[in-house]
Amino acid sequence: MLSIKNLTVNINDKAILNGINLEINAGEIHAIMGPNGSGKSTLSHVLSGKPGYQITGGTIHYKGKNLVDMAPEIRAREGVFLAFQYPVEIPGVSNVYLLKAALNAVRKHQGLDEVDAMDFLSLVKAKIKTLDMDERFLYRAVNEGFSGGEKKRNEILQMAILEPALCILDETDSGLDIDALKIVAEGINALRSPERAFIMVTHYQRLLDYIKPDYVHVLAHGQIVKSGGADLALALEKEGYGWLEEGQVSA
Amino acid sequence: MSDSTQEINQIINQEYKQGFVTVLETDTFAPGLNEVVIQQLSAIKNEPDFMLAYRLQAFRHWQSLTPPTWAQVTIEPIDYQAISYYSAPKRKEDGPKSLAEIDPEVLAAYKKLGIPLDEQERLAGIAIDAVFDSVSVATTFKDKLKEVGVIFCPISEALRDYPELIKTYLGSVVPHTDNFFAALNAAVFTDGSFVYIPKGVRCPMELSTYFRINAANTGQFERTLIIADEGSQVSYLEGCTAPMRDENQLHAAVVELIALRDATIKYSTVQNWYPGDKQGKGGIYNFVTKRAECRGDNSKVSWTQVETGSAITWKYPSCVLLGNNSVGEFYSVAVTNNYQQADTGTKMIHIGKNTRSTIVSKGISAGHAQNTYRGLVKVLKSAENARNYTQCDSLLVGDQCGAHTFPYLEVKQPSAQIEHEATTAKIGEDQLFFCQQRGLSAEDAVSMIVNGFCKEVFKELPMEFAVEAQALLGLSLEGSVG
Ligand SMILES: Nc1ncnc2c1ncn2[C@@H]1O[C@H](COP(=O)(O)OP(=O)(O)OP(=O)(O)O)[C@@H](O)[C@H]1O
Ligand SMILES: [Mg+2]
Repeated sequence: MLSIKNLTVNINDKAILNGINLEINAGEIHAIMGPNGSGKSTLSHVLSGKPGYQITGGTIHYKGKNLVDMAPEIRAREGVFLAFQYPVEIPGVSNVYLLKAALNAVRKHQGLDEVDAMDFLSLVKAKIKTLDMDERFLYRAVNEGFSGGEKKRNEILQMAILEPALCILDETDSGLDIDALKIVAEGINALRSPERAFIMVTHYQRLLDYIKPDYVHVLAHGQIVKSGGADLALALEKEGYGWLEEGQVSA
Repeated sequence: MSDSTQEINQIINQEYKQGFVTVLETDTFAPGLNEVVIQQLSAIKNEPDFMLAYRLQAFRHWQSLTPPTWAQVTIEPIDYQAISYYSAPKRKEDGPKSLAEIDPEVLAAYKKLGIPLDEQERLAGIAIDAVFDSVSVATTFKDKLKEVGVIFCPISEALRDYPELIKTYLGSVVPHTDNFFAALNAAVFTDGSFVYIPKGVRCPMELSTYFRINAANTGQFERTLIIADEGSQVSYLEGCTAPMRDENQLHAAVVELIALRDATIKYSTVQNWYPGDKQGKGGIYNFVTKRAECRGDNSKVSWTQVETGSAITWKYPSCVLLGNNSVGEFYSVAVTNNYQQADTGTKMIHIGKNTRSTIVSKGISAGHAQNTYRGLVKVLKSAENARNYTQCDSLLVGDQCGAHTFPYLEVKQPSAQIEHEATTAKIGEDQLFFCQQRGLSAEDAVSMIVNGFCKEVFKELPMEFAVEAQALLGLSLEGSVG
């Protein structure tokens, strides 16, 4: 589904990603871990088309198409979803309005009719319930005054409504309390399907306790320095990243 | 500036679509202002003597005044002798009796603006007075309105046909001594609308005036007077456009509203004067005095304005709440872009008991524009239990623009309850990208954010015009949830 080859990316002429290679198939869950500042969010942003990054080399293909050439909204409509590490607030625009506009944009792209207002409301209400969110969040402005954890949960609500094919979760677990983590993880698990792939950026094993990854990658200094199975995350939890500096890298 | 900021700017920054010029034969005065010009003006309009006397008195007073300097705007000095004070499409003898006599070019111009004046294409349920430069060229549905006693006509006609109403009310809310531009307007005003709603009548249609500046080197001096007699109701809307020119042109208007006991006036403006080009050259100077008097008990006046045009806007639609339990409202969206400057707001003067006022102001600045809210809430000793709620929000697009808020408060009555809220938000690149990541185009995202920001004001506009106002911001609002 996603194929990244030798990807190098600069921000303001400073190299941030230094040759990323990553193959992701439908149905798989990939966890990306790594120290602060190693380039995890940068990778997530580049995949979703955020402006301000210069791709200096390599290729990204998504479902066989060149992702780099697609405008960010087209990528979104084609099924690339990013749950942001820091979701922004949009004053004056209600959550439900954004959700409906987003869903209709995706549907239109797929050649479907706009969703009927009643159907939409029952869909949203069902999803919001599974995430244990109050319905009042629907009518509040997007993320405005939401707590850190509420914002993260709101991202997952959007993902549940849009049903994307490639879900990129950038530290969705950070800021969630213990119960919320469980609820969000259940929400994510509910979306697991053979047609869908996940990239989960995380610092902690506890998310992976709920959602077992097929692969774990360690990103450091803009490169994937180590890849492995679910047990790699357990090892990292014990050992930290000190070994990176000691030259024990054996990717 | 990054790509997406540019993108936001482009979207807000659409081409001015009403900037065309209509080529016409006109009667135009040579530039210059003196008592002879005022006499000619009064004569060409066939005015009664009392009007000429009023104008001359105002002119003499104006000569003793200097232009105000307190507004947060930068303005080149205006040469009042370089302006022509009268320009009108040439007409046969006594003015057009029917649309057939109006210059077809003028009709075509209105049609191009989306304001059809001819019989077949009229907008149902909306009566229109079309003011072209210095004269009203047509008023639709006049006769139909007369059947219920509603008078809706050009003010120049009202001067001749309803002198008693004019004598009683003209200048009774905004006297010619009020300020520099009000004095100038009283001396040289040319046309505008006159509305009288008789006792107990609920006006069966929206009334609307469409102001068009066409001629070069002229000023437009609009004068509008609306009287809602006891227990009556009316909703009135004005729209404004002008051609694109490199010179600044002056639109100095005076609007007076009078609401008697139990009467309600709703006054909406969609102002889209030419704002000047992207470098700030040209554009209309929109210097306007608008004031309403809630003269009777339980009367209500509501101002709603969407201000997108003009190089400089200087405008404070106000309410004098004289009657007990009277209500004043002000809902405003002011958009400034490029080098536009707006200094706008309102004054709510509480005099009667239990008077209430609401102010909701939404300022949007983009480019290098400066947007100022200036508002006064004044509660006199007599205004027991007066209440005011003010909400003042600013939205900044990019980081070259500015928003300023000057709320003034004078309270002489201890039982008054005053609330003030203010916020400033920014449309950043991050918000735009967030929306795009959810599948919305940049255009729809800006539209959604701006409309969301302005929602509370748009919902005060009559339906048809809310749509126009949204379109004006270069935006389309899809879907209805939210
Ligand atoms: N606009 C920018 N200008 C300069 N440097 C930047 C910019 N954005 C990101 N960086 C740098 O790029 C590097 C990678 O940042 P990124 O946000 O991708 O890290 P991360 O792995 O997500 O870290 P964290 O675990 O803290 O979220 C960091 O050194 C960061 O300072
Ligand atoms: Mg990060």
